[in-house]
Amino acid sequence: MSAFLSVEALSVRFGGLLAIESLSFELREGEVLSLIGPNGAGKTTAFNAITGYLAPASGEIRFQGRRLNGLSTNRVAELGLVRTFQKTSVFGGRSALENILIGLHLRSKQSALAILLGLPSVVREEKELEAEARRILDFVGLGARADEAGAALAYGEQRLLEVAIALAAKPKLLMLDEPVSGMNPSETASFMTKLAEIRGLGITVLLVEHDMKMVMGVSDRIVCLSQGRIIANGTPAQIQRDSEVIRAYLGERYARAHG
Amino acid sequence: MKAALTWAWLIALATLPLWLDNPYVLHVLIVAGIFIVAAMSLNLLLGYTGQLSLGHVAFFGIGAYASALASLGFSIHILPDFVLQSEAKPVWLGMLAGIAVAGACGWLIGRLAFKVRGAYFVIVSISFAEVVRLVALNWVELTQGPMALNNIPPLTLWLPGAGETTFWKKPANYWLVLATAALCYVLIRRLVRSRAGRAMVALRENEPLATSVGVDVTRTLVLTTVVSAAMAGAAGALYAHYVRIVDPDVFLFIYTVTMVIMVVTGGKGTLAGPVVGGLIFGLLPEGVRALDFKPEMQWIVYGVLMILVVYFLPQGIVPALEAWWRRR
Repeated sequence: MSAFLSVEALSVRFGGLLAIESLSFELREGEVLSLIGPNGAGKTTAFNAITGYLAPASGEIRFQGRRLNGLSTNRVAELGLVRTFQKTSVFGGRSALENILIGLHLRSKQSALAILLGLPSVVREEKELEAEARRILDFVGLGARADEAGAALAYGEQRLLEVAIALAAKPKLLMLDEPVSGMNPSETASFMTKLAEIRGLGITVLLVEHDMKMVMGVSDRIVCLSQGRIIANGTPAQIQRDSEVIRAYLGERYARAHG
Repeated sequence: MKAALTWAWLIALATLPLWLDNPYVLHVLIVAGIFIVAAMSLNLLLGYTGQLSLGHVAFFGIGAYASALASLGFSIHILPDFVLQSEAKPVWLGMLAGIAVAGACGWLIGRLAFKVRGAYFVIVSISFAEVVRLVALNWVELTQGPMALNNIPPLTLWLPGAGETTFWKKPANYWLVLATAALCYVLIRRLVRSRAGRAMVALRENEPLATSVGVDVTRTLVLTTVVSAAMAGAAGALYAHYVRIVDPDVFLFIYTVTMVIMVVTGGKGTLAGPVVGGLIFGLLPEGVRALDFKPEMQWIVYGVLMILVVYFLPQGIVPALEAWWRRR
């Protein structure tokens, strides 16, 4: 079976700094793969390169057999690859509902001419989109907050809204960049449940996260990066025992507590 | 409630020439109306996508010149032995030409806006307006340069029942401007309440997030500038056939500034903002003049009021009124 997403020999350069050096990994359809590693290891840079925010210096990225190199971010999204951001990123001045409606951009197909003419199909579609947006808000548990401005939501709610915006874009592959950073343990636990539901929708997940409890709990496989290179690749159990991962990232204390 | 208020306003404005027989007041309203159309078009760019087009008057002037030239006819030497000649066309066709040419220029600027954003876009748009002004000033064969295009014909329309009407009188022009403004308002409302309008706002609020869910930056900006420029062109065409003389001064920077003031004081990114700002700052100078103050008072009052609005209602008059309405 060919890989869902394959990253081959990907290198990203910032001036003289090699942020990612020959990174290769594969993602299978339906699984949850986590990228872990110390700060500056290149996890977010890999996200940016895959989704077209950064041009890689070399290497190849393929999604369902299609080459992604050189595609703009919105084209990548059209193919079904949608990411969230490490730093909370919502449309702060718009209501939660409008945030989701923006996320539904690709779902709507009306041409500019049809919109200017005010065709009945446009009006009908707007109603459908709003109903869909409310369903998505209910799914992440923000249904009661639909009319609040994005910026007025609590921090944990904003993080949920961000995931909801991404879900609205109907991803085949959802890339989450530290979705639970800044959440308290109970919020994190409920997010893990939510992630299982998202998986149940048939969405493949690529996760970057520092919360090891979450990573070990939800991942099928883990890739560990350090200084732009892969140092380990395996199941959570294998990663927890990997001496190099323990030295570079997890630390002796983690190993003692969980070994 | 809100709809009833809109209709009441519209009916009051539409019947105005019937109960107010004052050509001077009508003239002031027509000119203000033309500028309100231009301000509404600027609001689409400045208010919704957040791109400040400080050369917006270029589209206005291009619409005015294109419409005037099409209805006057012209002949220019392109190569030494090749003359491009255009017969005089009906005015309504000229106005459509004005809208189309302005829209095409909008397409060009929209493509550029993708590459240069923010302060750079401001500079590009100012330069564009200045270049167009210099062309209008120096290409005498086409534009008559500083001698101006004179005797531009007024609009003639064939209406069922009424036969052929030429818009010589003020009421006819007033209704034409009012109808154009209402049409532009409806079009802009449809646009901003659709996926296209949401994409514009998304780009203004958070561009990386917008692109991550598939918003196409180039398409959105090009669509916005084309619609915006075409509407500004329509305003210019109305202006040309109402005033019936166009000279390179239609490209003056001060007109762009007037539009920006109307949009910002009224409330950028709101539908009613440019209308409210346009009515206040379009009618104020004439209103103050009517009070028999010294001439300089006109602009002192204008400036002071503008500063007060911007200082106390930084979001603009319409958002402030809406917030007040909700709080009651």
